[in-house]
Amino acid sequence: MIEEKFDAIVVGAGMAGNAAALSMAQRGMNVLQLERGEYSGSKNVQGAILYADMLEKLVPDFRDDAPLERHLVEQRFWMLDDRSHTGLHYRSDDFNEDKPNRYTIIRAQFDKWFSQKVREAGATVLCETTVTELARDANGKVIGVRTDRRDGEIRADVVVLAEGVNGMLGTRAGLRERPRPEKVALAVKEMHFLPRETIEARFNLKGDEGVVIEAVGTISRGMTGMGFIYANKECISLGIGCLVADFQRTGETPYGLLDRFKRHPSVTPLIEGSEVKEYSAHLIPEGGFKAIPQLYGNGWVVVGDAAQLNNTIHREGSNLAMTSGRIAAEAILQIKSRSQPMTPQNLVLYKKKLDESFVIKDLRKYKDMPALMHTRSQNFFLTYPQLVSKAMQNFLRVDGTPKIEKEKLTLKSFTRVRSRSGLFGDAFGLMRAWR
Amino acid sequence: MSIEPSMRVEDKLFYNRYLVDTGRPHIKVRPHAKPSPQLLSMLKACPARCYELNEGGQVEATVDGCMECGTCRIICEESGDIEWSYPRGGYGVLFKFG
Repeated sequence: MIEEKFDAIVVGAGMAGNAAALSMAQRGMNVLQLERGEYSGSKNVQGAILYADMLEKLVPDFRDDAPLERHLVEQRFWMLDDRSHTGLHYRSDDFNEDKPNRYTIIRAQFDKWFSQKVREAGATVLCETTVTELARDANGKVIGVRTDRRDGEIRADVVVLAEGVNGMLGTRAGLRERPRPEKVALAVKEMHFLPRETIEARFNLKGDEGVVIEAVGTISRGMTGMGFIYANKECISLGIGCLVADFQRTGETPYGLLDRFKRHPSVTPLIEGSEVKEYSAHLIPEGGFKAIPQLYGNGWVVVGDAAQLNNTIHREGSNLAMTSGRIAAEAILQIKSRSQPMTPQNLVLYKKKLDESFVIKDLRKYKDMPALMHTRSQNFFLTYPQLVSKAMQNFLRVDGTPKIEKEKLTLKSFTRVRSRSGLFGDAFGLMRAWR
Repeated sequence: MSIEPSMRVEDKLFYNRYLVDTGRPHIKVRPHAKPSPQLLSMLKACPARCYELNEGGQVEATVDGCMECGTCRIICEESGDIEWSYPRGGYGVLFKFG
């Protein structure tokens, strides 16, 4: 056993773990962070978008040296059928501000930088160490962890579980359930490299401006899922994710969907001639508010993806992870400053603080959305995109048909596929879940 | 307009860096005569195609190219079809970009 006892052990060096370790180390706590990868970031996968506000709260001057790719000036949302896309764009020069709001990043590089900040703050970061189980005393209180190193037990007053969506420690210890197939999505991604000028020309960007495209429709073959294309400086992150339960049900393959997305006539011109340098896969928590497990207990708290803190509707995750890590750290600091033990009665402070933050407020707002999207995935991800495409083409193709007849045809195509009551039902369901 | 022809997943995995812990696979399939529906679904759902059917009709896993996403754990661990643990520290997939 390693003799030294720490104030806190943080398991994992992703967004949540780094935020927690940094916050505690900055305020003088003796923190040990354990990461199973060769370096912080080597096991982490994300799209990825970074939200500045949540990082600013941890590293106010991060723009000076963080490895940022492009700041986002444009968001595109595409509805696809097999040959066309109907798009909604928002682009604003307001996003070309001194302190931009959102950036694309490359996680392995960003996490290395973030980890450096954690070390500089005084935390001990131990990589290449897989935590195998939680150490508990006779009363069940978590008193540390066991690792795959020799003499692997290490003790601390509190353990912060930032072990990610596929975290095993919490589930093995019976502190939370393993995610269900209908509550997690599997996403696959490729990194497509192209010269900087080519990316800027294809996406209509100058300098470090960036754009995000998110796409739903026939590419997911009726499953609950979404494709994404993010412009980085010299590469494009391109991927697609669908619920694990849907993969199980349909027998579709993740790489088959990715291939189909790349071959879509709206996507192919963006990546033509690129060199692919990485293929990755990752799970994304999609269960929302109703899937959040018990967040604290005797000697432990859980943060980030491991706690299912992900906002599916707004595609926000890393900011919720960072915020939950920071808030957990603040709660622990407060308890420690009062010289109180890390018991559930005291650690409930973490949950109270999290409930008051945007993290839980946002997730609560959309609590019915995951179930709605899942049960009506055929309508939202297959039928409507096809109908919208048909309607748009009908509207735009000038062929001598009187407009009044075109409109009737469009309406009929909608009511034929989805009855009037079906259409109203979907719209009403969506409205209610959104509210 | 063209992009490269469809690649086999096995070839895609060559883009990635791995440190294989030879002789210590982190996922083990429980010996079985006839695979469960969960295990069979992994032939398609695994993004690295780690799962394949052998000549005897059983599902086998070769985890050298595993990206450690956890999909098989979510689908197959509850039924006891597989045993899942993370590779030892430092081993497994090492993302350059993530």
